[in-house]
Amino acid sequence: MPEYKLNINGREERVVVEAGTPLLWVLRDELGLTGTKYACGKGLCGSCTVLIDGESDRSCSIPVETVGNRKITTIEGFAADKNHPIFKKWIEHEVSQCGYCQPGQILTVASLLNRPEKPTYTEMETALTGVLCRCGTYPRIKKAVEELLKERG
Amino acid sequence: MKRRDFIKIVSLTGGGLVLGSFIPMSVLGKEEGFTSFPGDDPKGIFKPGPFLQIDSNGKVSIMMARSEMGQGVYTTLPTIVAEELEVDWESIEIIQADAGFDYGSQATGGSTSVRLGYEPLRKAGATARAMLISAAAIMLKEKPEVLYAEMGFVISKATGKKLSYGELAVEAGKLPVPSDVPLKDPKDFKLIGKKIPRRDTPPKLFGEAIFGIDVRLPGMVYATITRPTAYGLKVKSFDSLSVKGNSHIHDVFEISTGVAVVGKSTWEVFKAAEKIKVEWKETDTVKFSTKATVEEAYKKLNEPGGVIKEQGDVDSVLKSGKNIVEAVYEVPFLSHAPFEPMNCTAEYQNGKCEMWAPTQNPQRLRKDVAERLGIDQNDVTVHVTFLGGGFGRRLVSDFGLEAAEIAKKTGKPVKLTWTREDDMKHGVYRPFGVYKCRGIAGESGGIKAFEHHIVGQSIRQQWSKDSLKPDQYDFAEGSKSFPYNISDFKITGTILQTPLIASAFRAVYHSQVPFVVESFFDELAHSVKIDPFVFRRDMMQPGSRARAVLELAAEKAGWGKTLPSGTGMGIAFFEGYDSYCAEVATVSVVNNRIKLLKFVVAIDCGIVISPDAVKSQMEGAVIFALSAAMKGQITSKNGAVEQSNYDDYPIITFDESPEIEVHIVENTLKVGGVGEVGIGACPAALSNAIFAASGKRMRTLPILNNL
Repeated sequence: MPEYKLNINGREERVVVEAGTPLLWVLRDELGLTGTKYACGKGLCGSCTVLIDGESDRSCSIPVETVGNRKITTIEGFAADKNHPIFKKWIEHEVSQCGYCQPGQILTVASLLNRPEKPTYTEMETALTGVLCRCGTYPRIKKAVEELLKERG
Repeated sequence: MKRRDFIKIVSLTGGGLVLGSFIPMSVLGKEEGFTSFPGDDPKGIFKPGPFLQIDSNGKVSIMMARSEMGQGVYTTLPTIVAEELEVDWESIEIIQADAGFDYGSQATGGSTSVRLGYEPLRKAGATARAMLISAAAIMLKEKPEVLYAEMGFVISKATGKKLSYGELAVEAGKLPVPSDVPLKDPKDFKLIGKKIPRRDTPPKLFGEAIFGIDVRLPGMVYATITRPTAYGLKVKSFDSLSVKGNSHIHDVFEISTGVAVVGKSTWEVFKAAEKIKVEWKETDTVKFSTKATVEEAYKKLNEPGGVIKEQGDVDSVLKSGKNIVEAVYEVPFLSHAPFEPMNCTAEYQNGKCEMWAPTQNPQRLRKDVAERLGIDQNDVTVHVTFLGGGFGRRLVSDFGLEAAEIAKKTGKPVKLTWTREDDMKHGVYRPFGVYKCRGIAGESGGIKAFEHHIVGQSIRQQWSKDSLKPDQYDFAEGSKSFPYNISDFKITGTILQTPLIASAFRAVYHSQVPFVVESFFDELAHSVKIDPFVFRRDMMQPGSRARAVLELAAEKAGWGKTLPSGTGMGIAFFEGYDSYCAEVATVSVVNNRIKLLKFVVAIDCGIVISPDAVKSQMEGAVIFALSAAMKGQITSKNGAVEQSNYDDYPIITFDESPEIEVHIVENTLKVGGVGEVGIGACPAALSNAIFAASGKRMRTLPILNNL
């Protein structure tokens, strides 16, 4: 069984798994990074979103062998800065209900805010439309995101 | 090694970010976790009941005995205790209770957590406060009347002396527990009714909160199940040759619901389970199709049903009346589809079973597992994790029973995970229903007669050996009483069971019956060309809570204002769970495309613990109900559920979500339910708005398929 060298949250991790194993399960079962969630397994819901070189992607649909030396940031890595403006907004607006999809929501927003050009609301809406929430926290996500965009200036 | 030592080791070796404990400590970022009250020296502990404890260092711990599935009880229930206890909210520790024997029912359903918890939890806090004051009276040699409690201290008005709860704990622990203590006047509340930040929010955002699926134990193996090709079939034989030689698959064996596959990781057992060849025992289930069932239901709709409730003389009014309005409605089966798939971690050793379960019903799970494994309930421990959504799905023990069976066979700690497809196809379902309504509206308002025949699947009948009498038909929930003055009505019902297991669902039958009744009453209003809001209001008791929320919703929504062409407003009312709710929907319909513009919700749920939690629940309930009304349906063909994931069982997305405005009636009346209350009026408000916008009446859900 092959060994893969991965760059996760700024650390080098070595995992021995079958080729074809989705990054999601490497993170959760091999590395214990359970903040990345399994919900659909088919790239339909966005709960498993991670940042790859700063851009959001679906870890359930990324075979481990395709990751290479790209930098993976999971919610645990992103939360190294617990005072990040996204967290502050999410707490201020008490966005989360069951909370299961929120790491995916937050990293999706982080990815857009990482862009050199300020994203438009439409770009934000398009991105967030791919991240589902069963509890219905959308109105609060919307409020939080609108404020984040405004504050970015 | 004791469990909590295990936990420490996990947290040190699991990559530094696995806080391997169960709930409360992990939430707080601590490394130890155990779900009984902490403290090794019972002499130094003051514990005047099951819900709170104060140790001699002044540490206040509050036991939270319901399940946190997004509704906020992890914070609101302890708030109630802390209010009466007079303690610094920031300093208290919240502990998630295991399945216990002392907390009363721990089933989290029926919008009962706050509704039923309010009095006992206030009393728990007030009793402790009274005892701490008595202890201070002894220690300070002062009269209790001059003492008061504030922020974790008892203070003397006479001398200004004060003692902390920690200093008082030992003395208070020696006192008898008083049975009747005064509760605070609501006007003195410091926490109840204020915005208290949810304790579970930060750990959930940071990826630190432990849901059931995140539980990790040393030596843990992973499991999933190869499930039947049709719903509920049993194994005849199976062939696991395909996974022979795969050293990561440890075991393959039959359990009550299929073939369990145990191995090294979730992904590996998922892949292996697809390869196991199983022959299933054929049963009549394979003939089941929802299409045929619905057709049969339509036939039964025209045959007389059992009389559930009758008042006045509907038959003769309808016989002699003109302008009879008749309409038939249909709602489908639904899947709860909570985001966290069903899962449970269990370990069986020496006749004892320890479980970590995202369950809404830990006591039921404990009982069911004890029965299934043939052991005593005292030998089953159920730790409750956070729940990634519940909606009624996790009231059922199925996933936990499977984990227990697998754990007993493997002898190792094992985490069972269902795939999303497993949950969609092999779950339990909100039952279907078809409804025929006939009625006559008065030319100047009012309903002269209302006849309602329901054909549906009964959850209660499915668990009952005896045939239910019509007045016990659960699917009539929400159909038997009205906030409106209607003197002649008749409700009848016919049971039509299917092989799909019908289950509780957020608002259960209140997620369907009010859609029918409130849509039909809208039809009646339009039949006599009376404004649907005015039609309802004028049938309500002046000064009633029901009428007040209806008026509040209409006023806040600007009912009656001129709207652009193709845009319409609809109103509906719901009463249930000791609460009152009205919703006004605004939608546009352009080229048969519905756009959900705005929902205004007015709710009267009596005393409010957390206004923000109520708002959040109303927002969530509207979107949950919209997913059902617009998109949701479970169908079955040849005994197999046809939907499998969020592509063929879609839910409302970010861009489709309407603006939602919530208005809470402020009063100090008896506390009402919240979690399910926002569901009731939503689908009717929606369909009434679509009618107002387009002239098209939506009588079959989901709507997208039918416009």
